Amino acid sequence: MTPRQMLPATAFGLIVMAVPSFAQELNALVWCDHTDPALVAPFEEKFGVKVNVKEYEGTAAGLAILDQSQPGDWDVMVIDAVDVGRAVEAGRLAEIPADALPTGDFFPELVMPENNVVGGKTYAVTEKFGYNTISYDKTKVDPADMEDMAVLTGGKYDGRIGIYDYYLPVLGLVALGQGMKTADINADTLPKLKEPLMALRKASKQVSDVVSSQTALATGEVDIVVGGGEWLTAVLAADNPNLDWTIPKQGGLRWAQSIGVVAGTTQPDLALEFVKYIVSPEGQARLATASCYWGMPANAKAGDVLTPEQKTVLRWDQQPEFLKRSQLYPIPDAATDTAMQDMWTEMLNQ
Amino acid sequence: MTLERQERRLGWGLVAPALVWTGAFFALPFLAMVALSFAHMEGRTVVRGFDAGNYVRAFTDWTMVKALVNSLEITLIVTAVSVLLAYPLAAIIAFRVPARWQRLALLMAVLPFWTSYVVRSYAWLLVLGQKGVVNTTLLALGLIAEPLQMASTRFATVTGFVHFFVMLLTLTIYANLIQLSPNYLRAAADLGAGRWQVFRHVVLPLTLPGVVTGAFLTFVLCIGDYITPQILGGNTELTLPQLIMLQMGRSGNFPLASALSVVLMGIVTLAYLASARWVRLDRV
Repeated sequence: MTPRQMLPATAFGLIVMAVPSFAQELNALVWCDHTDPALVAPFEEKFGVKVNVKEYEGTAAGLAILDQSQPGDWDVMVIDAVDVGRAVEAGRLAEIPADALPTGDFFPELVMPENNVVGGKTYAVTEKFGYNTISYDKTKVDPADMEDMAVLTGGKYDGRIGIYDYYLPVLGLVALGQGMKTADINADTLPKLKEPLMALRKASKQVSDVVSSQTALATGEVDIVVGGGEWLTAVLAADNPNLDWTIPKQGGLRWAQSIGVVAGTTQPDLALEFVKYIVSPEGQARLATASCYWGMPANAKAGDVLTPEQKTVLRWDQQPEFLKRSQLYPIPDAATDTAMQDMWTEMLNQ
Repeated sequence: MTLERQERRLGWGLVAPALVWTGAFFALPFLAMVALSFAHMEGRTVVRGFDAGNYVRAFTDWTMVKALVNSLEITLIVTAVSVLLAYPLAAIIAFRVPARWQRLALLMAVLPFWTSYVVRSYAWLLVLGQKGVVNTTLLALGLIAEPLQMASTRFATVTGFVHFFVMLLTLTIYANLIQLSPNYLRAAADLGAGRWQVFRHVVLPLTLPGVVTGAFLTFVLCIGDYITPQILGGNTELTLPQLIMLQMGRSGNFPLASALSVVLMGIVTLAYLASARWVRLDRV
């Protein structure tokens, strides 16, 4: 080989060596907070693997992706905690050893065995939680008003309200406003929520997704977001300290996301390691402050890793009270779920 | 083997890749979608069969009908406004801008194409917001006392669409105008036609294929678009693509989503049949 021929070969070899190579890849079906490199990179470094993340929205979409995939395509999945049972019923999650998870360090309300354990077997573990309540700009509204949900439809804030575009938490909040527990929402009680939902819609300016809701609140397009919470305002707190959130006297909704190992994974050990990393104090602190949205870590030991400033934004010290005043998302059966979505669609097109 | 047969084989050989591609990635998926549209949901399970219930619902459920009407209204407004804005722009570039500057003028006209569609939509949200540049300017000029409600409205959706489609239409209309021989215009003028008559009886009929082609593409792209109304409309009204997404992402009701998609394709087909006489895709 002449020196002239060797040059490109050497260059090619150097390029190949410069590109990091991973022995394994882990495929994760996730929500947007898991796409933060700051969360995933430490795991990749420790295990020498590449974590491929695919973001999805809505359990139906996530399950549809699994339906269209081959067994082994996906290793782990993040899922709404209230939908773990649905995924298990569909045969999409694998059992994970309960004793490998540090649930003893969790906030007790967040262990959620009624969701993560099916038939005595653990299929998922709660990783993050927060509240769907009321977010607002405290310089534009009277914070005392935000403690009462009835004020929202009283006329004072007409046209200044945004609604988070997710039917479960908002219908749950509407139910709380009517003195109904979220667990009591069913096909019989749902019609009672129609009028207050439509009244809220009438008082609102827009119904929008996460980014649009954040944009609207940050730019003053709306002053209140119903269905918001720390997940909506925390990432904006540094630039806009006027944004705040509260749980009104009627209560708020508690959202929780779980993570589990996908059934049929070809690398269950690595998948379990990823789950263990996510619920470790370090992983939890990174997940809590992930760039897409913030939320409370399920593992209370993450408090040792989070900075005092981060804990202030997350309202760490108020969690015992908030947990007491919040209720879980409604878990509708298929018929009620369809009826709720139909009502939501009708509200959107009002 | 005769020459004719050889040529026929060659012809099929050349067309085969396109046929396979279209069959695999359009015809088969479309047939699968049509088949799925006749299935129905039992709980959260899709049950295959022949049930026209989804189509009945698409045309009788008030929410679905309203979404269909919203889509048609928005699309027709966008198409009309885009044509009205793009035609003069294309004419100015073709007839008023010196030939050596026309390429640059076209480049400037299509420059917004270079940015992400989603980013551009969010940018419009900021421009049209209460503290956006439009409201700020109008307030500073004393033309309004209170900020106008523009973001999260149909006006915002139409504005976002028109911004995009004016570029597309300008290109298709310009491509027609530039092919127009100046001799036609001179001959009409020699025969005593005024400027309006020249435009009405010579320029417009000859450029109609470009206008209709651009308008058809605008119609097709606009009526099937999900992003712009989702970001700029603020969910103050639903369009058909938004409704389809709700059925897929939220409900997992793929049969109904498929039926609504077939309805959408039916509308596009009707639009094509209505404009087929003039549509010249080779002018795009």
